[in-house]
Amino acid sequence: MLGTLIERIRAAHADSLPLILQGGGSKTFYGNADEGEVLSTRAFTGVVDYQPKELVLTARAGTPLAEIEALLGEQNQMLAFEPPHFGGPATLCGSIAAGLSGPRRPYAGAARDFVLGVRMIDGTGQPLRFGGQVIKNVAGYDVSRLMVGAMGTLGLITEVSLKVLPQPAAQATLQFELGEAAAIEKMNQWAGQPLPLSATSWHAGLLTVRLSGATSAVHAAQARLGGEALKEASAFWQRLRDQSTPFFDKRPSTLNQGLWRLSVKPTAPPLNLGDAQWIEWGGAVRWLVSDLPAALLREHAQRCGGHATLFRGKAPVDGVFAPLAPALLALHRNLKQRFDPRGILNRGRLYPDF
Amino acid sequence: MLSPAFLSQLRNLLPPHSLLHEREDLVPFESDGLSAYRNIPDVVVLPQNEAQVAAILQLCHAHKIAVVARGAGTGLAAGALPIDGAVLLVLARLNQIRQIDPLARTAVVQPGVRNLAISEAAAEYNLYYAPDPSSQIACSIGGNVAENSGGVHCLKYGLTVHNILKLRAWTVDGQLLEIGSDALDSVGYDLLALMTGSEGMLAVITEVTVKLLPRPDRAQVVLAAFDDIAKAGAAVGNIIAAGVIPAGLEMMDRLAIQAAEAFVHAGYPLDCEALLLCEVDGVNEEVSDDIFTVREVLAAAGATEIRTADSEEQRLRFWAGRKAAFPAVGRLAPDYYCMDGTIPRAQLPHVLKRISEMSAEYGLAVANVFHAGDGNLHPLILFDANTPGELHKAEDFGGKILELCVEVGGTITGEHGVGLEKINQMCTQFSTPELMRFHDVKAAFDPDTLLNPGKAIPELHRCAEWGAMHVQGGQLPHPELPRF
Repeated sequence: MLGTLIERIRAAHADSLPLILQGGGSKTFYGNADEGEVLSTRAFTGVVDYQPKELVLTARAGTPLAEIEALLGEQNQMLAFEPPHFGGPATLCGSIAAGLSGPRRPYAGAARDFVLGVRMIDGTGQPLRFGGQVIKNVAGYDVSRLMVGAMGTLGLITEVSLKVLPQPAAQATLQFELGEAAAIEKMNQWAGQPLPLSATSWHAGLLTVRLSGATSAVHAAQARLGGEALKEASAFWQRLRDQSTPFFDKRPSTLNQGLWRLSVKPTAPPLNLGDAQWIEWGGAVRWLVSDLPAALLREHAQRCGGHATLFRGKAPVDGVFAPLAPALLALHRNLKQRFDPRGILNRGRLYPDF
Repeated sequence: MLSPAFLSQLRNLLPPHSLLHEREDLVPFESDGLSAYRNIPDVVVLPQNEAQVAAILQLCHAHKIAVVARGAGTGLAAGALPIDGAVLLVLARLNQIRQIDPLARTAVVQPGVRNLAISEAAAEYNLYYAPDPSSQIACSIGGNVAENSGGVHCLKYGLTVHNILKLRAWTVDGQLLEIGSDALDSVGYDLLALMTGSEGMLAVITEVTVKLLPRPDRAQVVLAAFDDIAKAGAAVGNIIAAGVIPAGLEMMDRLAIQAAEAFVHAGYPLDCEALLLCEVDGVNEEVSDDIFTVREVLAAAGATEIRTADSEEQRLRFWAGRKAAFPAVGRLAPDYYCMDGTIPRAQLPHVLKRISEMSAEYGLAVANVFHAGDGNLHPLILFDANTPGELHKAEDFGGKILELCVEVGGTITGEHGVGLEKINQMCTQFSTPELMRFHDVKAAFDPDTLLNPGKAIPELHRCAEWGAMHVQGGQLPHPELPRF
């Protein structure tokens, strides 16, 4: 199967034919439109190695996330970056290539933080291996992490090794009625204290906070913070992770309306860009359903120390991701040229011109 | 040799006393922390601000002169070794903490700021910067980014790459790059990860935004002795399997224990084959629970003695022996080599057995200290450079240990970096196409190979010798710095 993937990419390279790399297809809505024949990793599955005591799991590209999470669950372990499934058959390497993380991200780290090594095939069909299965490794440039979030434009990830973590012994979710500005301040204040925070959310006047850790620590924090305990909490966080709540499900009511993800400095004040907003990640992500012009949203996000991405909806002319500064764009082009000289892998998915 | 015309242009870019060209001024810069590799630089420049850094790079680029960036010079892999015909760009004078934002938990610092100075400045907000390389009183944050430095708390708190948000850096031709952001992520490729650990080969950093963490309520350490190193190794895995992620988890073998005890009198038991130090930190209640779990696991794993530090003073004493292990071992022989491989933890008994066999074969003793939590092994090979052939034997032995690390699925360097020292072992770890991709990454940033040329990634024709950290007369360069 690996041989087939290599052959397909070699052939596509030889003929300069573009390929669309695809896992479970759960994130086809994300990124810019790409072109070409689909090359699926769905058949290239299997956990290659899992050593609970090493906190390391290695699996092939097409292995379903759900299967990996079930296997980890048997050992009371987890993928701490809580990758979204988006209600589809998300695969391991699709999740890594997209680089998306769920509610635990600000407190445990992002997908890229847990990647220890990858096997990949570059745009010429050359199989390569970077990083490894150990936590500390500074030999060579960190190409493994470069692949995370590159949306398959630098190579097809065929296998990944991840650091995994123990599941917390206890969890509790608390809710507080609070205005937007006060909620942002609270999220940031609490993150600066030794509290076992593992997720935060604010929507429609309600701040929701998850605590995870040793039973005693969760109880102590709960007593300290107060609030109302939320029942059905795991369903709440899973719906937020997978964007299956009505807020995210909202079909754009006009042609120009889209779901925007504004990634900002966590302490950025309320954006005042409309009421259809959901805040996550301790204030660092603000989801907006908006028909405001892309340029305005991007400028706003940039002033708040970050960037705006059109997550779902009709792409602006310059693409769904914020344009890069010229010096950075030049580096992106150079890297793309080196890893995929004929531009056959997910052409245009990240930026329209490569 | 650099031409007088070039030197005069260089001097004009800088304030007085910022360019060193006399031999006696240049000697202190002849090596970094790995003094077995020495080379007197042609010229040293000490810019005081970002604009001067940019101007130096632009001038050097126009003349196609190579540039070697240097921080505090505490690196252990000859990464900052001067190169003939190159400018040594010392960033130590860019040493301002620009801003601490306690609510956002970030600090904006210049590259010459010392690692520990960040935590000291953040202490008034009860925050700290987590990565703590053993040289943290002296090493600078710019060098930490260049090496992706770790420390004893990596397993729980991550390496430099996990603890920085944003860089201001300058390309080889003097253009500004803003990499990362004040948010938790950025668009495009993860150049922040690529820059971290790139050993000064891709761009020159002039500002770093780091994450700060809340200080834990409490930290407590447990010491356990074992009569068999394999049992100690198994205990490490069992602690993790019990769901505890220790803040620090360190192991020493018999020779290292005895050397440390003789040196600092930490009160270690001496009739054992291995010693484990396991520190847990966090919320008060959690630490109590974890200490209980750790003690149970250690007892079940067959520890012959278990002690819990019941005061801060005792905690520091337990650590004192471990932290003094390198200089302590240095007293056992005229010289030693420190290796820096990482292995999957499960391979520890096998690797130690092989090291012990090789030790007998080579007739050279080895003391092992081990960041057991993250698999980073520091075998210290004892030898005497004045005995003909021993230096070569020790180097050969060291190379074999690194090969063994790669063979069992590990890596040739866990935290010291490749630099010039381990450049040959890169050939053991990576295939030709992989090395070519590394050169491609370099070329994407620096097509003329002007930034720290010849380091970190071997040319394809060069794959022959071994290399290792050479310590003379039991003295590391910077003997005043702790090394562990």
